[in-house]
Amino acid sequence: MAVSLDLLLSAVVAGILLGGFYAAVTVGVSISFGMLDIVNIAHPAFIILGSYIAYIVNTHFGIDPILVSLIVAPAFYALGAAVYQIYHLAFERRGDESLRGLAFFFGLLFITEVALILVFGVDYRFVNAAYIGITLHYGPIDLPLRMLVPFACSIALLVGLQLFLSRSFIGRAIMAVSQDRLALQLMSADPARIKRIAFALSIATAGVAGAFLIIIQPVEPSVGRDYIGRVFAICVLGGLGSFPGMLTAAMLLGIVESVTATFYGPSWSPAVAFGFLLLTLAFRPSGIMGR
Amino acid sequence: MRTTTFWMVALLVGVAVFALSMLVKNQYYFFAGYVVLQYVVLATAWNILGGYTGYVNFGTAAFFALGAYSTVVLYKLFPLPVPALILIGGIVSGVIGLGMGYLTLRLRGAFFSIATLAMAVVLQTLITNWEYVGGSRGAYIIRPAKMPILGNNYIEYLFLVMLALAVVAVAIARTIERSRLGYGFAAIRDDELAAEAAGVPTLRLKLVATTLSGALMGMAGAPLPYYVTYLDPASGFNFAYAVNSIAMPLIGGMTSWIGPIIGAVFLGTVQQVVTVTISSALNLLIVGVLLVAFVIIAPNGIIGLAQTWLRPRRR
Amino acid sequence: MLKAVFRTMRAHVIAAMAATVLMLAGAWPTAAAEPIKIGFGMALTGGLAGNGKAALIAIQIWAEQVNAKGGLLGRPVQLVYYDDQTNPATVPGIYTKLLDIDKVDLVISGYGTNLQAPAMPIIMQHGMTFIGLFGLAVNDQFHYDRFFQMQPNGPDAKHALSQGFLEAAMKANPKPKTLAIVGADAEYPQVALSGARDVAKKLGLKIVYDNSYPPSTVDYTPIVRAIQATNPDAVFVASYPPDTAGIIRAAHELDLKTTVFGGGMIGLQFSSLKQQFGPLLNGIVYYELYAPEPTLNFPGITDFLRTYQPRAAEAGADALGFYLPPYAYAGMQILGEAVEATKSLDQQKIAQYIHATSFKTVVGDVRFGKDGEWVEPRLIYVQERGIKGNDIEQFKQPGHEIVLYPSEFKSGDIVAPYAAAKH
Repeated sequence: MAVSLDLLLSAVVAGILLGGFYAAVTVGVSISFGMLDIVNIAHPAFIILGSYIAYIVNTHFGIDPILVSLIVAPAFYALGAAVYQIYHLAFERRGDESLRGLAFFFGLLFITEVALILVFGVDYRFVNAAYIGITLHYGPIDLPLRMLVPFACSIALLVGLQLFLSRSFIGRAIMAVSQDRLALQLMSADPARIKRIAFALSIATAGVAGAFLIIIQPVEPSVGRDYIGRVFAICVLGGLGSFPGMLTAAMLLGIVESVTATFYGPSWSPAVAFGFLLLTLAFRPSGIMGR
Repeated sequence: MRTTTFWMVALLVGVAVFALSMLVKNQYYFFAGYVVLQYVVLATAWNILGGYTGYVNFGTAAFFALGAYSTVVLYKLFPLPVPALILIGGIVSGVIGLGMGYLTLRLRGAFFSIATLAMAVVLQTLITNWEYVGGSRGAYIIRPAKMPILGNNYIEYLFLVMLALAVVAVAIARTIERSRLGYGFAAIRDDELAAEAAGVPTLRLKLVATTLSGALMGMAGAPLPYYVTYLDPASGFNFAYAVNSIAMPLIGGMTSWIGPIIGAVFLGTVQQVVTVTISSALNLLIVGVLLVAFVIIAPNGIIGLAQTWLRPRRR
Repeated sequence: MLKAVFRTMRAHVIAAMAATVLMLAGAWPTAAAEPIKIGFGMALTGGLAGNGKAALIAIQIWAEQVNAKGGLLGRPVQLVYYDDQTNPATVPGIYTKLLDIDKVDLVISGYGTNLQAPAMPIIMQHGMTFIGLFGLAVNDQFHYDRFFQMQPNGPDAKHALSQGFLEAAMKANPKPKTLAIVGADAEYPQVALSGARDVAKKLGLKIVYDNSYPPSTVDYTPIVRAIQATNPDAVFVASYPPDTAGIIRAAHELDLKTTVFGGGMIGLQFSSLKQQFGPLLNGIVYYELYAPEPTLNFPGITDFLRTYQPRAAEAGADALGFYLPPYAYAGMQILGEAVEATKSLDQQKIAQYIHATSFKTVVGDVRFGKDGEWVEPRLIYVQERGIKGNDIEQFKQPGHEIVLYPSEFKSGDIVAPYAAAKH
């Protein structure tokens, strides 16, 4: 396949748009795993839950899916807080969190998936939004709004979160608890409460990312499994606890997938993407911008 | 349990099951039993790396599928008897385990797990694009109707082979547990830095663990093509294998060789029964609920529960 | 006190007598009405569950209708089925349980090649007649003489999947010279693509793009763009519902320019996708197994669909029922007729009858040939026309899915290029 510059440019642009979406999907794990050391493998399940809620409200009331997800974000926040409470009481206090916490989230992943199957069935679901189907054309570059709008919202989400983490008291407490828990206690902030807020926040982002997902592709309950690997790969690639690193890694993954698909055959995309991850882990485990 | 007692019990169980299988005419039990025994091997194999050494492997499906696909390759080249296929499957997966160990030797905790997941995806993509084994179109394996020597149905043969493999796997796990190797693993699990400081050759031990674990998983996968007669990457690398091989030792108890057996027999049997009775999405729900329940209520699995009840109460 | 005891004893005696009478009354017709059990596995969860559930509803409708007319051979029909979870590893266990423990009298298959092939050795060992649902070339490996395939691929499935599309495309003006083929990394698309390569060569088409993608692909824009870069005259896609949706979206967003666009795209036959995409489907040439055109009005199909559609909508399965359900129903019609005609449950007699007979079913006349495949293929290639808005009802009317191939069902001519046919 001839490497035409136009084609390369469009592939890179498509990869960037895709990467922006991947970043929204991953930011929750960046918080829960990158900062709180909680291996929330059920994160994709919460995303799918968000997709379905966006689908239901959008189908019945015609409200834009992203708007729906923002409206129900508090509910996801509450859900995240509840899940963290259970996790904290059952595992963190006993001090043996890693494997058992992991198994707990595995169980949660399945329970959520089954609940969705029982309620919604296994057919693929779509949403309708005014901008799906419109494409902006700039020379060789095509920007379908279906990808562009989630991309823009995702960047907004990331910027918002980064500002929150670095400017607000709670945000800085979250960063602190990920670095030094004892010091935080000495400063009379309750680590458990801080962690609960952070985890709840991560689940809230999952709800929003779910809306992005169902705008981009049709969704059915087991779609979440495709994202488990991607999400943790991006998190690790970018370096734990670093949003800019995570965003870079997400874009990188998107571009790699897009360019491989365009020039070498899409079949190889997963191998290239995850092979890249393996090499990074082997030679630079702290990731691109890890601390 | 003393070693002689163990071997006597193992022999007795083996003979009993064998005798029972000669009497049972209903083939369904062999099909179901094969799956349960397969999970005994997978759970035991996983536990060597997971429970003893403390490294959580998400890539069980990769080793398992590699064993299955090495059988497919040999089936197309020149057919071999199943025990030979098992050995070869074990060697192939063992080598990959060794390779994975080298690649991931510096990784701890969740990083290691993610690396195993990445490796599984890479391997699955490679096999999907490999035309010789059918790629994504899958491969057909014609299963002989009768087993060698005794002339019973072939599925009984597969069942007995898997039974022997399960005994071997459990024996290996038990031997490790009681040996210096096992103490080394435990040291790594409890505090790797301290172990290194104390002079434990952590790298070498970890490589042994990954190789052994991978090899056993490959052996469990080698007879699969004959069992299922049609193999494609999606079913060979099925997510269920990874999940079950983690869930079963967790539910049974990860600290001893008995745990994976209990977990595999319990969860495996439940899944088999549900498949042919209630059926439907409930199968997945059961795994999920059991995982959550056990992990919260019984952190040391069924073994842990048993130990708590059996421990004499101190006043 | 004694009176109370006697009262209790009397109550017990009366109860016992009543029970005996009821038992005898119940026992009378029991011997004659022992049900005929039909066993199968079906994908009710997992990737193929959408079709599996639809097929199950069709089979249940058949069973109810048969029982309302007095059953088969005077006995009621009872369905015994288990969820195979779209996992081939469950299939051997399921069919051994059905045959050895549940002792079913008749068996049919689940949906899809992956879920039929593992059952074959067990079926063959028990000598059962086996009606397969949409399995591709399953019997090519076994050459079992009691296997019958309910899928209108005909004896040469691999090529039938693309033959209709390519032949219809060659009638477009301007006649296509170059072809792009693309499909998912999965069993059906790969078989379709390999067949397309052969058919293309025979028709003199040059293949300028030939690639596959993993089913977990999220964004199809790079793929469609790469296809456009080769400027093909025709684009043949072999895909499953999520990728079908993704590729059509991408084709519209990138304003794909070609003469003929479409292929063996699964999903376009279902109501959810039709409803979602509505007018975006105009101009696409793809295969249907049934379309509400006057040329395809087989006996009983409209009644069947009328019974099926409300039930499916309620159960959350495909609400149109144009794809798998009529074939599942027809398969049961064939099985039932064979049982009635041979007046037995003898598997060999049933198989011989099915081989020797031409059946009139809701999907037309069906005759089985070598290895149990249909003697004549009936993969219908249609072009979507004149869809406005997203209302599902218009899909039930004739005039929107113009049949281009095969010629005996043709109801119109192809409109090309794709850009023109879109409107």
